Amino acid sequence: MSAVLRVRDLRVTFATPLGDLGAVRGVDLDVNAGEVLGVVGESGSGKSVTFLAAMGLLPATASVRGSVQVDGIELVGASPRELRRVRGRLMSMIFQDPLSALNPVHRVGAQIAEMLQAHQQMGDRAAATRAVELLELVGIPQPADRARQYPHEFSGGMRQRVVIAIAMANRPKVLVADEPTTALDVTVQAQILEVIQRVQAETGTAVVLITHDLGVVARVCDRVQVMYAGRSVERGDVRALFERPTHPYTRGLLDSLPREGLEQLTPIAGFPPNMLRPPSGCAFRVRCPHAIEACGGEVPDLRPVGAQESACIRASELASAAGGR
Amino acid sequence: MNAPLLRVEGLVKHFETKLSSGVRRRRRVVQAVSGVSLEVAAGETLGLVGESGSGKTTVARCLLRLIEPTAGRVRFDGRDLASLGAEELRHLRRRMQIVFQDPFASLDPKMTVGASIAEPLVVQGVPGDHDDKVVHLLRLVGLSPDHARRFPHEFSGGQRQRIGVARALALDPSLVVLDEPVSALDVSIQAGVVNLFADLQRRLGMSFVFIAHDLSVVRHIAHRVAVMYLGKIVEIGATAAVYGRPSHPYTTALLSAVPVPDPARERARTRIVLEGDVPSPVDPPSGCRFRTRCWKATDVCAVEEPPLTVRASGQASACHHPEG
Repeated sequence: MSAVLRVRDLRVTFATPLGDLGAVRGVDLDVNAGEVLGVVGESGSGKSVTFLAAMGLLPATASVRGSVQVDGIELVGASPRELRRVRGRLMSMIFQDPLSALNPVHRVGAQIAEMLQAHQQMGDRAAATRAVELLELVGIPQPADRARQYPHEFSGGMRQRVVIAIAMANRPKVLVADEPTTALDVTVQAQILEVIQRVQAETGTAVVLITHDLGVVARVCDRVQVMYAGRSVERGDVRALFERPTHPYTRGLLDSLPREGLEQLTPIAGFPPNMLRPPSGCAFRVRCPHAIEACGGEVPDLRPVGAQESACIRASELASAAGGR
Repeated sequence: MNAPLLRVEGLVKHFETKLSSGVRRRRRVVQAVSGVSLEVAAGETLGLVGESGSGKTTVARCLLRLIEPTAGRVRFDGRDLASLGAEELRHLRRRMQIVFQDPFASLDPKMTVGASIAEPLVVQGVPGDHDDKVVHLLRLVGLSPDHARRFPHEFSGGQRQRIGVARALALDPSLVVLDEPVSALDVSIQAGVVNLFADLQRRLGMSFVFIAHDLSVVRHIAHRVAVMYLGKIVEIGATAAVYGRPSHPYTTALLSAVPVPDPARERARTRIVLEGDVPSPVDPPSGCRFRTRCWKATDVCAVEEPPLTVRASGQASACHHPEG
């Protein structure tokens, strides 16, 4: 399998008045051509920062080390000019709030055309025509009329479609969607997830879906990577991971969700660590029901356990004790 | 069944807005709630679900008379809230409390947690120093007594929400309205707060009105559920009936839209994806308000508003072409 996005030992540190904050602490990640990868974690897990760093969108207070390659091009340490050539052409990113991504004083069609002409030799008329096609691709009715409207004339769901159209304008290899449906109502969320799936199927673009919603992951993702305290704690095929989570944090997340016929929810004890002073070793050990002394030793890396990879030193032992789930 | 603790009849709430378009100013009326009737029994949890603009939060505010309803009646323990004078209302408010979504905005950053929790007791003129009560309340919501001396910024989101709950319980209310109480919390934290509500109800026997857009949380905690769409209740009944055999097409669509955390089941499901968005409550559709997005709509739906009608599986729904 060929990885279109390849992240190795990514580390992001923010200089704060209280000291250095390690938001991402050595993340490896591969996005394969044509797949939908879910990146899951709670607030502060580093899931968004990982991709903001990859896109070169972090402020100057952040120091980024490691390697991020898109289609073989190294992005860490790349010049602003090189980054501009990659963003929107090889890799696009969309966010939770579509309104802040759109320019309120320009027509929607013109904003899509601008993205096309930034990366391709294309005349105004051709760009305008292509903009309408892109609006159609994302399921906007009467695309030719809608292209002449302004963002405020669109509903929240329709705006998110416009943003997807802009992101997809140059057929990037990777589309990173950061909580794209979190601000939307559930019936509109269902529409947007369908749009993302359809766009993915029609263009073959790989999609990274950053979300806290495990239901959304179950619906659309092929593979999942679970993050906690700036590290990857588990990754694997979506079905296997939901059926037999191998990391206690993943298991904890799944057990805390309400499900049909479940009498009592099982929350994870404690709360996420202060990232200015994360625990030594496995950062989850202070909340983990299975923690032993060795967990405070070295920071565990992902290792194969059954069908997936887990960063728990007791993963094999716990899996055989549980006999599946 | 005994007389319900809370009875709402024909509740209507309109808001006037001034929309300035160019030089002309037009007055427009937002019909936020259009004739809602419901009951909550003592010790019961009623879930109120719906998308943004469905009017669920407006209903909650009218229940406590935090805003004045345009029409309709809210009876709490047999007494009509609208008939009460300021003093009587203040007294009755001891027994009805509300917890809001944002645990960051609802606590005064300059007050200690203990002072925040004791504030309702002070406001209501409960005599004595309230230290013992504060300690008792902190323990009740799973916090430690020495947290009373600390300030809100020292707490995580989940802990702050527990502080908000402790404050709401200070006056031993018989009804607590929970307006999206876990929506701002991470899943692993959310579970603990949901468990806390269930536990408090078992121990203290109060009623909850639980407002949420997250249908799976409501299913978990509510005995009965009301589904709202554009200012009206479209379906109401026992949680098991509404979720198990939805009668209104909107309920069916809503349940179908919610992703369940099970990849195998998710991929096997047939999904109803509604077209478009919720129409504006300024100019709601005639007849059944859901008809513009409904795949079952016929001519009658545009002219005749369907009344809430009790169905075979026990719940009531407002539809000319009910499911099942």
